[in-house]
Amino acid sequence: MIPAAFDYHAPTSVEEALRLLAESGDDVKVLAGGQSLLPVLKLRLAAPEVVVDLGRIDALRGVREDGEALVIGAMTPHHEVASDPLVQQHALLLREATRTVADPQVRHRGTFGGALAHADPAGDLLAPCLALDAEFVIAGQGGTRTVAAADFFQDYFTTAIDDGEILTEVRVPKHTGWRAHYEKFSRVAQQWSIVAIAVTLRSEGGTISEARVALTNMGTVPIRATAAEQALAGVAATPEAVAQAVAGIAEGTEPPSDLNGDADYRRHLATVLARRAVLAAAG
Amino acid sequence: MTRITMTVDGVSYTDDVENRTLLVQYLREQLGKTGTVVGCDTTNCGACTVHLDGRSVKSCTVLAVQADGHEVRTVEGLATDGELAPIQQAFHDCHALQCGFCTPGMMMQSLDLLAENPDPTDEEIREGLEGNMCRCTGYQNIVKAVRQAAGTGAQS
Repeated sequence: MIPAAFDYHAPTSVEEALRLLAESGDDVKVLAGGQSLLPVLKLRLAAPEVVVDLGRIDALRGVREDGEALVIGAMTPHHEVASDPLVQQHALLLREATRTVADPQVRHRGTFGGALAHADPAGDLLAPCLALDAEFVIAGQGGTRTVAAADFFQDYFTTAIDDGEILTEVRVPKHTGWRAHYEKFSRVAQQWSIVAIAVTLRSEGGTISEARVALTNMGTVPIRATAAEQALAGVAATPEAVAQAVAGIAEGTEPPSDLNGDADYRRHLATVLARRAVLAAAG
Repeated sequence: MTRITMTVDGVSYTDDVENRTLLVQYLREQLGKTGTVVGCDTTNCGACTVHLDGRSVKSCTVLAVQADGHEVRTVEGLATDGELAPIQQAFHDCHALQCGFCTPGMMMQSLDLLAENPDPTDEEIREGLEGNMCRCTGYQNIVKAVRQAAGTGAQS
């Protein structure tokens, strides 16, 4: 399968990329690592006239600290995020989730920002970013703006990034030393999550002091489990107590029904996986 | 058309390609390097795995223009002067191939795995080869071969 023909640009700066997007009209796609976009182009589910490849913009790649935030460049490949010592120290949840994305080859090419901009509800990085209160830095011709995770994911494959804009970096408040676990349920290797639960927490002497929890593929956007977070605070990390705290985690959710399972099955999965995820994170 | 230059198995090539040309298509059809095969063509099976700047990628899901200026290594670059590389010898010794279609990708991914983890457990081997499918289901001997190759220091 070969994509339909397109014009191709590979800018080396964000400014050049924005100019190219502005000049390219409506029918343009931004190419990051290509691990989602290229299959879409090959299947001809999309046939843009122009592709703007961000792969040669070095400024968009890498992980750095900026005060109380960890800043991850949008074009940082998954395998670099997963092996970065700063990520391990300040946002362990991102490492745990990134390690489960697809397979090693895809993690070498696929990028942090690309996956988030694609916003597949079954993607593994959305819920962790929501749980960590990440902020998304979006550049456009009028300058840059910052969008909170809760506002960034708007719908199925839809984010706050407008036409002509690109995601440049994600700022993650440091959760230094927080434990984390990403409990992903899928039936075969390298598959998308049927349901997954992202948890990061602090615990002292076997008691959870603070927790952040979010759900993957339980709706059109990732879902923050605030009630479960509140219920978990002060709870002993035992199977019974944790199960009770997360029992209502699927209440009010409207997960998809598909060949992998119907909505009720997913709601049941979410409660089971949430218990496992919290216990694994509490260690 | 776009003019690209890349090093493939140690040789530099300059060619004009269509923007939509896939890396695997360029390797096979323009360079004649048919050792790298197309399996599923949908980023699942890993048969087309090559190394791009030293890391494994699925060459059906990379555009040739994205590899412009970069270095590619394929299964055809493994043997030297007709001598099998240790990973190839291990696959041969352990009967790690049945129909052989997945083998180029399996070996290229095994090398990537061993470069990162020179002494993997069986579980780590299976996880490291997660993106490669053997439709003959000959995984047992593939794992055995990677273990043997690890013992001979086959990281390259």
